[in-house]
Amino acid sequence: MFKLIPRENVSPVLSLLGPLFSVGLTMIVGGILFYFLGVDPFAAIKMIFWDPLMSETFSTYSIPQIFIKGAPLILIALGLSVGFKANVWNIGAEGQYIMGAIFGASFALSLYPLESIVIFPAMILIGVIGGCLWSMIPAFLKVKFQVNEILVSLMLVYVAEQILALASLGFLRNPDGAGFPGSRNLNQYTSASNAEIIAGTGIHLGVLLSLLMVIFFYVLLFRHSLGFKIKLLGNSPKASGFSGDNPNKLIFLCLILSGSLAGLAGIMEVAGPAGQINIDFNVGYGFTAIIVAFLGRLNPIGIFFAGIVMALTYVGGELTQFMLNLPAAAIQVFQGMLLFFLLSFDLFVHYKIKLKGNK
Amino acid sequence: MNNKIENTLFQSRAINKEFGNVRANNDISINVRSSQIHALLGENGAGKSTLVKIIYGLLQPDSGSMTFLSEEYSPKSPKDARALGVGMVFQHFSLFEPLTAFENILVGLDKELGEKELHASVIMLSESYGLEVNLSSFIGDLSAGERQRVEIIRALIQKPKLLIMDEPTSVLTPFECESLFKTLKKLASEGTSILYISHKLKEIADLCDTASVLRKGAIVGEYDPKKMTPRELGEIMVGQSLFEPKRPVAANKSNKVLSVKINEVKPDTQFGVTLKNIDLAVYQSEILGIGGVAGNGQEELMQVLTGEKKDRNVSIKYMDNDIEMLNPRERREIGLAFAPEERLGHAAVGNLNLLENSLITDPKKRFQMKMGFIDFSELNEYTNEIIEKFNVKTTGVSALASSLSGGNLQKFVVGREIGQKPSLFIVNQPTWGVDALSAANIRQAIVDIANTGAAIILISQDLDEILEISNKVAFLTNGNLSIPTNTMDIKTDEIGAIMGGISD
Repeated sequence: MFKLIPRENVSPVLSLLGPLFSVGLTMIVGGILFYFLGVDPFAAIKMIFWDPLMSETFSTYSIPQIFIKGAPLILIALGLSVGFKANVWNIGAEGQYIMGAIFGASFALSLYPLESIVIFPAMILIGVIGGCLWSMIPAFLKVKFQVNEILVSLMLVYVAEQILALASLGFLRNPDGAGFPGSRNLNQYTSASNAEIIAGTGIHLGVLLSLLMVIFFYVLLFRHSLGFKIKLLGNSPKASGFSGDNPNKLIFLCLILSGSLAGLAGIMEVAGPAGQINIDFNVGYGFTAIIVAFLGRLNPIGIFFAGIVMALTYVGGELTQFMLNLPAAAIQVFQGMLLFFLLSFDLFVHYKIKLKGNK
Repeated sequence: MNNKIENTLFQSRAINKEFGNVRANNDISINVRSSQIHALLGENGAGKSTLVKIIYGLLQPDSGSMTFLSEEYSPKSPKDARALGVGMVFQHFSLFEPLTAFENILVGLDKELGEKELHASVIMLSESYGLEVNLSSFIGDLSAGERQRVEIIRALIQKPKLLIMDEPTSVLTPFECESLFKTLKKLASEGTSILYISHKLKEIADLCDTASVLRKGAIVGEYDPKKMTPRELGEIMVGQSLFEPKRPVAANKSNKVLSVKINEVKPDTQFGVTLKNIDLAVYQSEILGIGGVAGNGQEELMQVLTGEKKDRNVSIKYMDNDIEMLNPRERREIGLAFAPEERLGHAAVGNLNLLENSLITDPKKRFQMKMGFIDFSELNEYTNEIIEKFNVKTTGVSALASSLSGGNLQKFVVGREIGQKPSLFIVNQPTWGVDALSAANIRQAIVDIANTGAAIILISQDLDEILEISNKVAFLTNGNLSIPTNTMDIKTDEIGAIMGGISD
């Protein structure tokens, strides 16, 4: 039998090496997986991690794409990381992301075809509020009735998906769309379009906001007393109470932040790269962002790099799909392995394993 | 004398044990003779626990050997140790609260024994050694003294030749201590040797035949505690001369700082204590000592005083303001400071560094700039000041609190609070698990701020500490507080009666 014994001294170097180690191991095990799928593993790994950045044929398209795919991941992961630090486990960012998009898009489309410069900022604000309201449900239930926020936030993802389907087929369906599901394309509605800010790249306001948010969260967590209070609550609720903080307020704050950022990511996406509300609008950014948050060690700078690496696997994964015919699911397994190896590595960083005798 | 030396029961020769690069035991050789109570005396971290864990088979020595009953002895586990005749009673009880006392004894057995047979031998043991326990009571309902008796019975049922007791009196009332001593003396007179770990010098003088003193992992020597004063023994233990803090000179009776009235406050958990009929006041430059055995409401009283628990049935007046509905931060802002008993996870957080730990109690937003940003230069300066003034041994302000020894962390916590120059300082167990020299320093620091005008409430289970520096004392028994009396007027035998809840 094995026994886990906590290590007395946790090496900070090892703990920083974790993300690198898990990326490396994912490449190796992923390569083996690709081999059995009948694909040259070296070509596939190169195509995921190298070609999007370095290949002349792909990079002009894929480098901006990495930032576009990375932006929602970074935004959502930043919000989640604050909660995770305080032991508030919002894993329903996917639902908050969907609700942000639906709220914002519904507002904009209700004004169509009215043109005004107020519409765009108002739409973003309403999108943020939508995501925030969706995360207020688990916050309220947790504070008021001690209901586990993990379950509530997760189940609300499925509710949000149903609302998304309802919107696509019902109240937001494009009246000029010949009966196809899906809303009007917001990119064709000037006042509501999250248009590209660098011509020809597709880079939109959300990308810029994700970078600004990295700085904002860095300051919040490491320079501001609020960040300290969150950290204190996560480390010891008792010490937090002794300090004089109200844990319920902090729980609300964490869920407001994570819901709002997921909502922001949602509205940026629907008014930008996605363009419209549709049944398949959400592609799992809200869940992948959980991996990004941990891969980035819940540190804003780390989350930035983790978001970029994760976006790379999306962009590179798409490349392997149409160049090497790798199934899309293979890339999801690939992303899942990242988190798996990271968590296993962490276990060995924090614990040592002792073989117990026959007893 | 000579035949006693020949009567060696247990012997260790040159035991060494290292943890990382810390030598916990350095060439330790001791000799425990039959029928003797042998004290193992030393400060926290001197290596006492490591040594007895090796004897009880919980740890294996890096080198060295042991003999027991004239035979080579190297237990691989506590089970081995018990089978050979070594028993141990731990400082922190290892009993199951939802089981009865008898069931606890039953599950602790290595050998299968019939329930009836066991019951008979338990009754016999408890009668012949004065170990009174209601066997059908649930452990959760028993006092610390009763729980300890269950543990002792559990150890004795295996008929040990050597019984190890790890700081057994830390949780007992004076009355319970006396009855424990009687038990131990009887056991010794019947041939069981006892290895008695403690840093309480007076009880060692009363009880023990021999004392081996450890300092920094090595044996300093073997002494006869009956022929030395506790102070001499203490100085050998610490390795330098000790000073005794003096109580504050005079309380200023005209300036009442705090008065507390509690009718009844129910606990939050099933095993908590209900506070009842508490009425206390503390004046400027006065130390009010609150004694009593752990688990009699200290924790609950502390929570009411800090504001972590607010209750309408409490009235707290601080310099003419009603503060019972204020939270801890608001209380700190008007001049209170607190140091709760639990250092890690309450007063301080192990995973945070010392800078961040300074930030936990930040009255008057001293470490904050405009809009809540942290003022790191101020924080750095303050934290360094605490480390320096209170002689906290650490690698620096960015060291994690968990890397500090218990004593050093306690100095840090007390220093952090005293540094805020409070008008009222409420402290629970300021020197628990702290080495003698640091303890004296902490007490002196508390006396010093009292002398500059602060009022102090000192909650402590260490009776000597309370008697040494308090102006007034009161005792908590089962959630009730006795009427505070002048320390000078109180007699030791009265204390036992009050703590045992006999008077009133």
